[in-house]
Amino acid sequence: MTEQIIRMEVMRYRPEQDEAPWLQSFDVPYSDDMSVLQGLNYIKDELDESLSFRWSCRMAICGSCGMMVDGVPKLACKTFLRDYPGTVRVEALHHFPIERDLVVVLDDFMEKLERIQPYIIPRQEQALSEGEYLQTPTQLERYAQFSSCINCLLCYAACPQYGLDSSFLGPGAIALLHRYNMDSRDGASEQRMELVAAEEGVFHCTAVGYCSEVCPKHVDPANAVNLNKTRAAGDYFLRFAKPKGRCQ
Amino acid sequence: METYQADIVIVGAGGAGLRAAIAAAQSDPQLNIALISKVYPMRSHTVAAEGGSAGVNQAHDSFDYHFNDTVSGGDWLCEQDVVDYFVRQCPEEMVQMEHWGCPWSRKADGHINVRAFGGMKIERTWFAADKTGFHMLHTLFQTSLQFPSIKRFDEYFCADLLVDEGRAQGVLAIEIASGECTLIEARSVIMATGGAGRVFRENTNGGIVTGDGMALAYRHGVPLRDMEFVQYHPTCMPRTGLLFTEACRGEGGFLINKDGYRYLQDYGLGPAEAQPRNKFMELGPRDRLSQAFWYEQQKGRTIDGPLGSVVHLDLRHLGAAVLRERLPLICELAEDFLGVDPAREPIPVRPAVHYTMGGILVDGRCASPLPGLYAAGECSSVGIHGANRLGSNSLAELCVFGKVAGIEAAAFARATARGNSAALLAQAVATEAKLRAMLNHDGSERIAVLRREMAETMEQGCGIYRQHDTMQQCCDTLAQLKERFKQVNIEDKSSVWNSDWMLAIELGYQLEVAEAMAHSALQRKESRGAHQRLDGFERRDDENYLKHSLALHRPDGAPRIEYGAVNITKSQPAVRAYGAAGLAAEKESGHD
Ligand SMILES: Cc1cc2nc3c(=O)[nH]c(=O)nc-3n(C[C@H](O)[C@H](O)[C@H](O)COP(=O)(O)OP(=O)(O)OC[C@H]3O[C@@H](n4cnc5c(N)ncnc54)[C@H](O)[C@@H]3O)c2cc1C
Ligand code: FES
Repeated sequence: MTEQIIRMEVMRYRPEQDEAPWLQSFDVPYSDDMSVLQGLNYIKDELDESLSFRWSCRMAICGSCGMMVDGVPKLACKTFLRDYPGTVRVEALHHFPIERDLVVVLDDFMEKLERIQPYIIPRQEQALSEGEYLQTPTQLERYAQFSSCINCLLCYAACPQYGLDSSFLGPGAIALLHRYNMDSRDGASEQRMELVAAEEGVFHCTAVGYCSEVCPKHVDPANAVNLNKTRAAGDYFLRFAKPKGRCQ
Repeated sequence: METYQADIVIVGAGGAGLRAAIAAAQSDPQLNIALISKVYPMRSHTVAAEGGSAGVNQAHDSFDYHFNDTVSGGDWLCEQDVVDYFVRQCPEEMVQMEHWGCPWSRKADGHINVRAFGGMKIERTWFAADKTGFHMLHTLFQTSLQFPSIKRFDEYFCADLLVDEGRAQGVLAIEIASGECTLIEARSVIMATGGAGRVFRENTNGGIVTGDGMALAYRHGVPLRDMEFVQYHPTCMPRTGLLFTEACRGEGGFLINKDGYRYLQDYGLGPAEAQPRNKFMELGPRDRLSQAFWYEQQKGRTIDGPLGSVVHLDLRHLGAAVLRERLPLICELAEDFLGVDPAREPIPVRPAVHYTMGGILVDGRCASPLPGLYAAGECSSVGIHGANRLGSNSLAELCVFGKVAGIEAAAFARATARGNSAALLAQAVATEAKLRAMLNHDGSERIAVLRREMAETMEQGCGIYRQHDTMQQCCDTLAQLKERFKQVNIEDKSSVWNSDWMLAIELGYQLEVAEAMAHSALQRKESRGAHQRLDGFERRDDENYLKHSLALHRPDGAPRIEYGAVNITKSQPAVRAYGAAGLAAEKESGHD
């Protein structure tokens, strides 16, 4: 493979010495199979050891390497230098506080993840000795797509509403919430729907749909949000009709 | 220094660490569990596992079959009592994963589906498309959020194990975001830090797989067992080493050389048939398949690609629909990185380092010889993999032995009084001083250079085939690298998210682990499983080497290699054969 040179403009921010983020340029030799992540690792190994960024798997599954590439939220390991002739700009994910260089603070998402109760609260308890819950491929299909979220947070960087008000649960967390609600083994969807219909829930969304466009795993969070809008609107009125108690 | 008092500290929040945390929390909700990980739990490398997880599930399968496959697959270097326990626990653990929500692939009637895997006589590999590890890890992590007694320390880097009064009593960790040290005291400690594949050049592992826990236990006197056994996976992407799961072959993929010939039939794995047949051809064990590649390369029958010699993984005959349903991630990887659509073109592949069979010496209940220290998962050597691991046994291992480690560490913690906090703090302060000295020292050696030289020498010396001279050279080079490492320079002197500092500490761990591997390899004068020699020791030598190697750390100098007995209960060492020869051998021994 022939080697070419690309100029990588990389966001730097070291809170102990920089007042604000700035761009540093590096000339990086690359071949056609090289990802943006490989470019960053080249910089770290050969040009500037102080550059910090998250990465691990290199195969678009651990969700570590979300960043803005030419202004678009991308996984650095699944984005290729060959697609950016000349120069490419790499910045920290939008809408999150920057910790250092390309590393952002994830606390907000981690808290949200906990709030959606992302685990099976069984519809019907079954002992392990009774074996697996039956679930047909059709039932699996109902939530499979939403279970593919790798928590890379590209959708949050794409979401204008989250950018304006970070109290919004956001596309990723809602997709995961929907994943559990749609699982035939789970019985807690009513509990979770309270969060969906609450102030920080789905009604924040203005249906831009950019979240689904940038999702590297085709989770389609916009679809999850939409489905829940309809449901939450229905539930909203139902809530007044029904006595309130703990579900199950 | 920030101090936290836990009852149990678990280092590592991959599959093994999370399973241990849940088991400990369930066994006693009063216990305060600290779960620390240098990455957010869902980034742990378990996430990358593709193919599946083993557990007997079909009426015509049996625990004995799974046992025999595992023990012969490990070339009889397995602890047979532990394997026996393991195979019996696997199905329940897989059901447990199901109850926690793991989206296992299903049959039309709603029951679990299983697929074929290399070296397994019957299909018993549970799978979630080709993202099994991803789904297991997220299921475990999300399930763990229900337990308030699990206190997470995300992005905390474990920099030392604290040992006082002859027992493990906690760890020193660096909070990556601030660069501050935290002392976590505990009555018991579980290591669940994963493998060490990054000490090699071409590998399937994530950047974080650097053998940290192995090195920490080793430095504190715990032996590393069977470290010479490093698995090469036969079907990886050239240069990056990214994996194309064995499930490609489980689903019926072929391996062909430059003449379009299914060469495995020349290496005792045939006959070649159109349909996949368990333990034949492409469904032989990994060590044999990687070795066959090496011979094909010697014979000039591999294909010269821009990124090195390759053979072809041919999936075309499976058709686009099956590929999309069963192997979506594989299609994505081939398309993104290589511009290859597996439905139309074969995928170029070559072997790469994948798995460390050896690790921290523990007994069948995950206890190391150091009281209070437990280990589970790839960092441990509980004894089920022997000289060669079978694919899909390790995800199952994370669950089975993660749970055991959690329960045992909880019992130990309950039975043990808190240690001497002042002594622990003094140790932690001393370690911190060393770490800061390393950070502030203006050295002359660059991290990336040392790391590259280490990986190169490991590939030269401890590759698929090994010889005395290159192994000796590898040992010598590693000794020099360790010396040079004392002059390592950390360019970045800042506190916040100083990844340079973490990389330097990791490199220190890697050099220790690499040395344990190379010296264990040099000393084993036979060929067994993944350890194959070309210098007069081409055969398995049960008389002298049906033994575990034990690498013992020496602060100044090479490790001392000792040997330990192998527990053989019901399967006497026999010829390890696959394909038609394997079938004949099974018939003879009455194992079929
Ligand atoms: C590409 C690939 C595919 C695979 N496919 C399969 C398969 O299909 N079936 C199968 O059975 N096996 C498979 N394996 C093997 C299996 O996935 C691994 O053996 C297993 O996931 C390891 O899990 P673990 O919990 O031991 O470690 P990991 O998941 O690697 O977790 C290690 C944890 O330790 C933490 N840690 C490490 N060092 C430190 C430190 N210094 N301080 C703090 N925390 C630390 C990390 O942050 C992480 O949380 C595959 C492996 C690879 C690489
Ligand atoms: S490095 Fe894991 S998603 Fe990119």
